[in-house]
Amino acid sequence: MMRLVFSFIAGGLFGGGLFISGMTDTAKVQGWLDVFGAWDPTLAFVMGGAMIPMAIAWMVARKRQSSVLGVPLPPPPSREIDRKLIIGSVLFGIGWGLAGLCPGPSIAALSFGGSGLYVFVAAMLTGMVVAPFVRSRLDKAVPAE
Amino acid sequence: MEQDWIWGLIGGLLIGSGGAVYLLFNGRIMGASGIVGSLVDGSAGGLKWERLVFLAGVVLLPVLLMPAYGTVDTHITDNTAVLVAAGLLVGLGTRLANGCTSGHGVCGMSRLSVRGIVATACYILAGGVGVVLFRHILGVI
Repeated sequence: MMRLVFSFIAGGLFGGGLFISGMTDTAKVQGWLDVFGAWDPTLAFVMGGAMIPMAIAWMVARKRQSSVLGVPLPPPPSREIDRKLIIGSVLFGIGWGLAGLCPGPSIAALSFGGSGLYVFVAAMLTGMVVAPFVRSRLDKAVPAE
Repeated sequence: MEQDWIWGLIGGLLIGSGGAVYLLFNGRIMGASGIVGSLVDGSAGGLKWERLVFLAGVVLLPVLLMPAYGTVDTHITDNTAVLVAAGLLVGLGTRLANGCTSGHGVCGMSRLSVRGIVATACYILAGGVGVVLFRHILGVI
């Protein structure tokens, strides 16, 4: 039960932060990516601001065996740079630039984004359903990995 | 407009605080694509309700904040083909890479994860090239 409570608090902070920061505004995201247009620096402040509490949380986590609620903490990060990471991130980046939306803000904007946002989210969910099949094909294509 | 960066910073601090709560209480890395993706491809397992509740919080807070703003324009394109293509790419790409701006960007880079840094460099570069290509050269966005 407490896990649900804190999950809801975390989600609320995330959604509220995305909303207040302006990241649900596709023009601000595309404005940041568009270095040849009227460059908008906001996203850098959002990313930088978000990394401050998160870096502190990682420092705290490093000293602990488990979370406050007794859940095992994530293992140290994998160092494996494979083609799924590269290909996936490039595809994501192109889509991010095209619409100015990434997964978090698209969910945060559900209540006010209108029909265009529903089209984007429906397509995103479809891409997510298809992903496991593409992933297994990429794995088979390179047996060395 | 001049205060946008301050709101960006405040919003960013809230986003990072959400990630901190999710890590230190729930023991999980806060990644939007993983949370959403695991629910639609069925891999969430026993974490299903925790993740659904998280998403409920993500949707609900903007609803509660909206009265203070009146209206908020997402400036989203009305080009359906662009929206479908972008959505498919974001959904597929983030799940292949196992993370997006929140998981690889905020959570990964803040612990100096090599995968997080490489992924973030790739999607920012691809996004920048994409916007310049589709906006200034092809003129579709």
